[in-house]
Amino acid sequence: MIRVLIMMLCLSALPAQGEEVVAGMNQNRIAITANFDGSEILIFGAVKREEPIPSADALGVIITVAGPSRPIAVRRKEKRLGIWVNVDSVEVDSAPSFYAIATSAPMPEVLADIEDLRHKISIPRAIRSVGAPMHVKDSASFTDALIRIRIKNKLYQLLEGQVELSEETLFNTSIALPSNLTEGDYKARILLTRSGRVVDIYETEIGVHKVGLERWIYALAHERPLVYGLFSLFIAIAAGWTASAIFRYFRA
Amino acid sequence: MQIYLPIAEVSVNAFLLLGLGGIVGMLSGMFGVGGGFLMTPLLFFIGIPPAVAVATEANQIVASSFSGVLAHLKRKTVDLRMGTVLLIGGLIGAALGVQLFNHLKSLGQVDLLVKLCYVVFLGIIGGLMFIESLNAIRRSKKPGAKVIRKKHNWVHNLPFKMKFRTSGLYISVIPPLVVGVLVGVLAAIMGVGGGFIMVPAMIYLLGMPTKVVIGTSLFQIIFVTAFTTLLHATTNFTVDMPLAVLLLVGGVVGAQIGAQIGTKLKAEQLRILLAMMVLAVCGKLALDLLLMPSELYSIGPAGHG
Repeated sequence: MIRVLIMMLCLSALPAQGEEVVAGMNQNRIAITANFDGSEILIFGAVKREEPIPSADALGVIITVAGPSRPIAVRRKEKRLGIWVNVDSVEVDSAPSFYAIATSAPMPEVLADIEDLRHKISIPRAIRSVGAPMHVKDSASFTDALIRIRIKNKLYQLLEGQVELSEETLFNTSIALPSNLTEGDYKARILLTRSGRVVDIYETEIGVHKVGLERWIYALAHERPLVYGLFSLFIAIAAGWTASAIFRYFRA
Repeated sequence: MQIYLPIAEVSVNAFLLLGLGGIVGMLSGMFGVGGGFLMTPLLFFIGIPPAVAVATEANQIVASSFSGVLAHLKRKTVDLRMGTVLLIGGLIGAALGVQLFNHLKSLGQVDLLVKLCYVVFLGIIGGLMFIESLNAIRRSKKPGAKVIRKKHNWVHNLPFKMKFRTSGLYISVIPPLVVGVLVGVLAAIMGVGGGFIMVPAMIYLLGMPTKVVIGTSLFQIIFVTAFTTLLHATTNFTVDMPLAVLLLVGGVVGAQIGAQIGTKLKAEQLRILLAMMVLAVCGKLALDLLLMPSELYSIGPAGHG
């Protein structure tokens, strides 16, 4: 404790360089195994500063975790000839497969709109939609629906006030990852704000990958599909035959 | 116990899958239908992507029918010759069906057309079977009344006649081929074995004796669904092996129990049960299309359409 205090004193003696984020995670790779049913990542860190805590502006911490982005199509049903059919569709150029945003205080307090625009932090800004077809007049309702559906599936999360910030220095939060994760490199960002202005950004990656049998099956299915198909049939028939043989044995 | 499915990319309860397999397998053994028409919608409900459900279900049907076909071969209730003719049609149909499925998927209309197919086919067939078996039961209750079976309809006037000794038939190969093609298309786009089409077609159109119908349809289903599995595996990469294995372990045990129950029930009773089940599934799917869905929007991968 004393060493930390001395260090902090030494640091504060150095010339002023503003505030920086130092952060870590409890895991930087997530393995999708056969019994994977979601995971939780803990993100923690501290604000490094070489001067006394500025008292004027409120400090905010925003943590975002984004999965790999893919273009998607959002479709809307309408009643045609008595049945509900997909009619209009809007393509969203890029939407993260997972997006969580945790803040230390309500969004308007920690983030100015202009900074949100610049760094694409809030959920609607993280989605990039260039344009809808001419005949679709309410394209905004399609992106709203995308967000609504993904929030319901816990793929998009807005965790306002979930970042615990103590003494304007230490912070931590935990983000729950659901079981239906898409593979890829997940980007974690930690943003430090003063009165809504971003003063520092720390970025890191979390690798989410299938391992073991899951990896092997997935790779075989995509790299050698014919072998995989034959193998699936063989396994299925073998299992079917074995099960019926066992059943007969017990009945006899 | 949760299990992560590598191809479907979702996590589901392993016991739920075993249980679903068992119940559907029992019906499969009782009626000689693959059970796919029940299983595929059930897989949608537990959150398996439709493309994966259809392809995986084809794989599972192969295995669950395998034990059934073995049981029927032992009892000599399979018309191999008729089965082969149906199979040739089935392979052609499956190839066409997978093409159609992939085309609809790129248009974003695959769900709708699959459901419409279900409603139309299940509605017609369930209705016909229900009326027919009601009549059969009424006739059997009246002593002395004869079961009238049309021996000569238009089917018997077509060319390319062939002798099917096991079924005791001498008919043209065209109707069984056409039935085979139709069943193959359905296998590919609906993730069903097609027994619910084939069994009535064999009884009412081809005039096959009821006791060989189930074994012969299972024989055809095995090869057609195996072919469909391979097509889906190589073009869509949507066959989920762990999912198929879990479903079929439950399914095989269920099928054996079902086959036992099936031998104890009368053919008319079996048919009326099957008809009622077909109508129930049809009604549920029709309601989904007719009632306003709670979520009008859906998310899919960006297509080219």
